[in-house]
Amino acid sequence: MGKTSKTRTDDASTPQLKFGERWVYDAAPQSPEVKIRDKYDLFLDGEFTAPRSRKHFDTVNPATTEPLAKIAQAGDADVDAAVAAARHAQENVWGPMSGGDRARYVFRIARLIQERSRELACLETMDGGKPIRESRDVDVPLAAQWFFYHAGWADKLHLAFPGSKVEPKGVIGQIIPWNFPLLMAAWKLAPALACGNTVVLKPAETTSLTALHLAQILQQADLPPGVVNIVTGDGRTGAALVRHPGIDKVAFTGSTTVGKEIQRTLAGSGKDLTLELGGKAAHIVFEDAALDQAVEGVVCGIFFNQGHVCCAGSRLLVQESVHDMFVEKLRRRMERIRVGDPMDKNTDMGAINSKEQLARIEEMVAVGESEGATLHQSSCSLPDRGYWFRPTMFTGVSLSHRIAREEIFGPVLGVLTFRTPEEAVEKANNTGYGLSAGIWTDKGSRILWMAERMRAGVVWNNTFNRFDAASPFGGYKESGFGREGGKQGLLAYMKCHDDPLTQG
Amino acid sequence: MTRPAVAPPEFRVPPVDGISLETRAAELATRSIKKEAKRQGLLMALSMTDLTTLEGKDSRGKVTAMCRKAICPAPGLPSVAAVCVYPDLVSTAVEAVRDSSVAVASVATGFPSGRTALDVKIEETARCVGDGASEVDMVIDRGAFLSGNYGLVFDEICQIKRACGDAHLKVILETGELATYDNVRRASRIAILAGADFIKTSTGKVKPAATMPVVLLMLEAVRDHFLETGRLVGVKAAGGISSAKIALRYLAMINETVGDHWMTSELFRFGASSLVNDLLMQLARLDDGNYQRPEEFSKD
Repeated sequence: MGKTSKTRTDDASTPQLKFGERWVYDAAPQSPEVKIRDKYDLFLDGEFTAPRSRKHFDTVNPATTEPLAKIAQAGDADVDAAVAAARHAQENVWGPMSGGDRARYVFRIARLIQERSRELACLETMDGGKPIRESRDVDVPLAAQWFFYHAGWADKLHLAFPGSKVEPKGVIGQIIPWNFPLLMAAWKLAPALACGNTVVLKPAETTSLTALHLAQILQQADLPPGVVNIVTGDGRTGAALVRHPGIDKVAFTGSTTVGKEIQRTLAGSGKDLTLELGGKAAHIVFEDAALDQAVEGVVCGIFFNQGHVCCAGSRLLVQESVHDMFVEKLRRRMERIRVGDPMDKNTDMGAINSKEQLARIEEMVAVGESEGATLHQSSCSLPDRGYWFRPTMFTGVSLSHRIAREEIFGPVLGVLTFRTPEEAVEKANNTGYGLSAGIWTDKGSRILWMAERMRAGVVWNNTFNRFDAASPFGGYKESGFGREGGKQGLLAYMKCHDDPLTQG
Repeated sequence: MTRPAVAPPEFRVPPVDGISLETRAAELATRSIKKEAKRQGLLMALSMTDLTTLEGKDSRGKVTAMCRKAICPAPGLPSVAAVCVYPDLVSTAVEAVRDSSVAVASVATGFPSGRTALDVKIEETARCVGDGASEVDMVIDRGAFLSGNYGLVFDEICQIKRACGDAHLKVILETGELATYDNVRRASRIAILAGADFIKTSTGKVKPAATMPVVLLMLEAVRDHFLETGRLVGVKAAGGISSAKIALRYLAMINETVGDHWMTSELFRFGASSLVNDLLMQLARLDDGNYQRPEEFSKD
């Protein structure tokens, strides 16, 4: 069994910081400024429509385990209807529309997201368990930014790739995950719409609510019927969408296992595919780094959104010379993470998204212990109800450990060491994944040297988990292919042909 | 004049990443302080304040009036930590705060620029202490610091510390003139090693004065020194903290960065003048639910 250290055992003579006795914050709950309906239907051809399957299922608040609403389970007939509506809209309305006119709709959606940001943030937190501070300050503003940015492209697509003639791909089937439900909907919808495609979107089973309120926003923005259709449901709905002959492309964000399955299904179908899958990012800290700030970066890297982040910095590579000091700083900082009610404005880490995900995290932590790594956990208290997991770190991890190879998708950090920059590169790239990497060093030349060698789609330097609509995001290796955001992200949603009129 | 012992070899400090530092400070600034915690915080901020007047037009009358306010800011409320005045008004202040818990702090060493000879600085410090100041707020030689003469900065602080005797020494870094976070971190280290009882951000005469990232950095410096040596050094944020809201953000930053040791006027101070009235106004609002007119509170 691995060693466990939940509390410090230093002798009394070592100076110790003390916390929490002089000033304790009172609860600062965000009032839930959102009207949640009892039941949500599918969004087909511009209208909320009861599912032909006649089935609904509960969506649950993971912080309380209480049901929030009933969500429609879309069956094959519903997916058929959604694809037909999308095809009709693409060929008759959205495809022929001028880029400038499409931009006005996309821009209007962005403005409405801003206007209804409080509602969306509350909903995201209640349905998914993430702290209100994050949904308010990160998810919702970024979602709006994605629509603003792509509204700007809609009438300039011919300028994005000079010498090319561009056209939309057609009808896109989009499947998004439960970790950033609204934001991932924005990442998928904004470029697809800007490029003239129509969409059938399938939100994750446990987190459909914000996508359905986004559908209300689309109605409010007078988006023509059929341009966006939302089919909720479990994996069966997603499978029906992927197999549907009426779609031209699948864009999927989610697990590598499901991604591979989709790729197998699509093989030979002629349908286009982009995948954004898992990760096991290396977060590399050199001895000359700004260590206090690197601690903040590492904490953000692995504990942001309870670690439910595909690009999470889950493998910390620390230079051996500063390992002990850095780990001590991290342990101290982990104790200060405020875990609890996601609707409390002072909460840093909320609830684990689902019972299944909690079981997966617990299983992997047990694996880490049995593999002999040393477990460090915050001593914070956890609420009685709901799905929770303490901020967790393993030291003494090596690359052969399962916890260093498999994505845990939870607040669990594995700490490894290295001696030289070459070794850091080798260890960072020694993974099946390649979504992101982080480098902390004060030395500019080393930043460039390292970034050149990282086999990862995003390399952050002296920061982590920063996103911008203008910056392409996507993976190497088993983290997928295709980019989202920036000019490169447009290629996922348009066909580029050589334009004989502009070719020499 | 005897030079003190040779400066310690190590003024080396860890590098600071400004973007990440500012991100963390901004994150701590979003803490939402409600109800009883708010009342506690406002009272704590009041008890940590050095009520300050540092103007050419200061007079005995002005200082005496300010001291009365410092002792009892409003009926039923605790005194502030100290009054902070120019050296020639120390005796007036000492007289005015007699028999109260309020300490008298004096700026010294050619405040605010520090551009005068060392023996004059020492003499000025000694006189302030002789007149009864129990706290001395000195300025460092920013010219020497920025030209890399760290030993000189260190020596000067050592000498002033000696001239202080039992009086507490607060060392003003004037972070607005140091310009970079790396400089702030190094100046903090030098002042701490030279024996400062407090490190203080600013004179209040240079903008920017105190900012949350700068104070966060100084808190990290005193934290690291405590963990290394067991010696507790205080931090004073001066200038720019004009509202109760901002003061509460600073308290949250202390609460979550260095913790309970520093949640007291022994180790944390706000150098401010207009802050007190906003604290009073917010406290009154907690009691009766309404904001009162600014005229309801003493402007002294």
